[in-house]
Amino acid sequence: MENEYIIEMLNITKEFPGIRANDNITLQLRKGEIHALLGENGAGKSTLMSILFGLYQPTSGTIKKNGKEVHINTPNDANDLNIGMVHQHFKLVECFSVLDNIILGVEPTKGLFLEKEGARTKVLELSEKYGLKVEPDALISDITVGMQQRTEILKMLYRDNEVLIFDEPTAVLTPQEIEELMKIMKNLAREGKSILFITHKLNEIMEVADRCTILRKGKYIGTVNIAETTKEELSKMMVGRDVSFSVDKKPAEPKETVLKISHMTVPSKAHDNNAVKDVSFNVRAGEIVCIAGIDGNGQTEFVQGLTGLEKISGGTVSFLGQDITKASIREKSKMGMSHIPEDRHKHGLVLDYTLEQNMVLQRYWQPEFQQGGFIRSKAVREYASKLIEQYDVRSGQGTATIVRSMSGGNQQKAIIAREIDKNPELLVAVQPTRGLDVGAIEYIHSQLVAQRDKGKAVLLVSLELDEVMDVSDRILVMYEGEIVAQLNPKEITVEELGLYMAGAKRDKVPEEV
Amino acid sequence: MFLLIKFTLLYAVVLMLVALGGMFSERSGVINIALEGIMAIGGLAGVFVLALGGNLPAAVLVPVSILASAVAGIVYSLLLGFSAITLKADQTIGGTALNMLATAVAIVMVKAFNNASEAGNGAASAKLVYSNEAFIYKIGPFTINIFLIIGIVILIVSYLFLFKTKWGLRLRSCGEHPQAADSVGINVYQWRYIGVMISGALGGIGGFAYIVPSVTTWNFEVGVAGAGFLALAVMIFGQWKPFNIAGAAVFFAVFRSLANIADSTVLSNLGLSKNIYSMMPFIASMIILAFTSKNSRAPKAEGIPYDKGQR
Repeated sequence: MENEYIIEMLNITKEFPGIRANDNITLQLRKGEIHALLGENGAGKSTLMSILFGLYQPTSGTIKKNGKEVHINTPNDANDLNIGMVHQHFKLVECFSVLDNIILGVEPTKGLFLEKEGARTKVLELSEKYGLKVEPDALISDITVGMQQRTEILKMLYRDNEVLIFDEPTAVLTPQEIEELMKIMKNLAREGKSILFITHKLNEIMEVADRCTILRKGKYIGTVNIAETTKEELSKMMVGRDVSFSVDKKPAEPKETVLKISHMTVPSKAHDNNAVKDVSFNVRAGEIVCIAGIDGNGQTEFVQGLTGLEKISGGTVSFLGQDITKASIREKSKMGMSHIPEDRHKHGLVLDYTLEQNMVLQRYWQPEFQQGGFIRSKAVREYASKLIEQYDVRSGQGTATIVRSMSGGNQQKAIIAREIDKNPELLVAVQPTRGLDVGAIEYIHSQLVAQRDKGKAVLLVSLELDEVMDVSDRILVMYEGEIVAQLNPKEITVEELGLYMAGAKRDKVPEEV
Repeated sequence: MFLLIKFTLLYAVVLMLVALGGMFSERSGVINIALEGIMAIGGLAGVFVLALGGNLPAAVLVPVSILASAVAGIVYSLLLGFSAITLKADQTIGGTALNMLATAVAIVMVKAFNNASEAGNGAASAKLVYSNEAFIYKIGPFTINIFLIIGIVILIVSYLFLFKTKWGLRLRSCGEHPQAADSVGINVYQWRYIGVMISGALGGIGGFAYIVPSVTTWNFEVGVAGAGFLALAVMIFGQWKPFNIAGAAVFFAVFRSLANIADSTVLSNLGLSKNIYSMMPFIASMIILAFTSKNSRAPKAEGIPYDKGQR
């Protein structure tokens, strides 16, 4: 067949000042297939898709549609070629209805005025056909993230797009929503749509994709048939070396109690009930305790109460034998509590500061880094360089890099370097691998285990079941603000853990755990 | 009472026109704090036409002078558009600069005009004298001015445009989420210019409507005496919605009118200084905004210059 491929991107090279984001990349998309585009953060996936969508022009290379060369200079050109994209951050107007968002830009009119009835019929038909449930008249601000995403998909279908690009579509979804999206994507492919699926989650690729193109550091590594490959092989191609999915670790040897939480209660900001209800447990030196649970069951508030970001309304916290219930954040930090926060942009880094400034955020006042009120920039720089080297934090301009410009993985590495180098007695890590690729995840897990093996205490809060099972020595399940079970990861299955997390099962938790 | 209604309508139309103008600009994403200045320039242009063409027939003079005020407002608003949209400058600072410039321009131009016509001793005032008979109609016991009719028409057209046409949908999307608009092929820069220009036209007409119907001589040293800022308050109180703005305009106009009728009615018996009544609309706007601005639903992207490169 002559036009086996609906879209071909041939030998695409894109240079930005000082960096070659795409280096001679070829991507061929067949009609009606789901084609995954896999690569670590910063591998050039987004750049390549931006070129296809007309946001960037390639430095060299050609794009063909149905065998004919095309030039895509603006998103409008892409629209005209029936190429649509669901962006990672949705492009929806919050105070417009679902229907208004779908028709925006291609509004049907009668005379001078909008004529929405025909559009509504078409949207409902499409929604029926592909199983995309939406409420056309609901405002975007009132609907779930899942429905927002379905609205984005309907936007493409309403424009009769044939090539659908999904840019990391599962990052914002709950497990149930992800499952539904996978079904929708298969549906779309069956109806003849061709799908480009950008992701770094291997499980999803194995589940839905027909073929997969792998990029690494801007270079084309290869295209494989999913039926003929394994997860391990894919991750090796993506990272460039073998990645172990299971964490290698010795049995824990817990020692004395480091953190003792008794009857902690934290009010909720979202509703009148308490977010954390009468929680008590201990963390000992030399063990990794993991708080598992579905997002929104009080984990965030618990950590904020523990670290001092939020006031607790009841109970006590004692750390290394001292009562720190009312201690300030700096006091806790000085005593040896480190915190890898859930939201690294909000609580972990000052994004518009340089890397070296971020590295000493908790220590700039120490004599080592200041003299008579002035920062000793040379000492700061040397210290930051040491950390950058030791923890392999990669950035454009070394210690002077503005943190905002770094990739998520390297931002997280910077936080970890700062928090671990304090040599803390307790490391509180909240979703430390969120949004990171397998290489970075492996690294972070090994760091957590290394902390434990040094005889320090680690409190991990995670939503990822694999992480909970692999990394922790002891699991505490949090459900609706309460600890509902204490589990040994070696003795339970993922399914069982899921039942506890969903609130379907609960144990009597001993007072002293 | 009769007098109160008369003055209220007079001011309400002005405030509504200008606030509607501000609404279009802000709905497209550009904060238009320059309404005060735009009013002054629009008023100046209209009054110049009246002063120069005083002997033209009313059927020509009225539309030409109104058109002149609208065009002058548009041209002046383009300065805001250029700085805020093309140069991506801070919109509040740009608008403030235009406000200061407007009064100065008006004074210089009127003084130069008066100097020339009085064979220039250099000490001319910034006052212009004109006739406003052409703008006022008597129907039975009522006197209404043409701006009332224009205002009602523009109110209805504004509503239909904003909420019933595709252009309105596009304009609003640019003020809420310009990246979303851009991604579906809407030219954000173009629509923001359109929004600003509509505000220029309505602001210009509003300035003219403020000056002309009530008096026959205007001293341009006072600009439009804060009416533009009051219109901003009306716009916020009206929550960027046409009919709410009309209601808010009437509300503020009542306060503004009290000052005018204070001397001639029962209010004078209260023995309060006239200045107190003059202050009332501004005090009312402070109090009202202090309570309502917390819940106000401003266009989300207003005030943020749109940069295509930033994603």
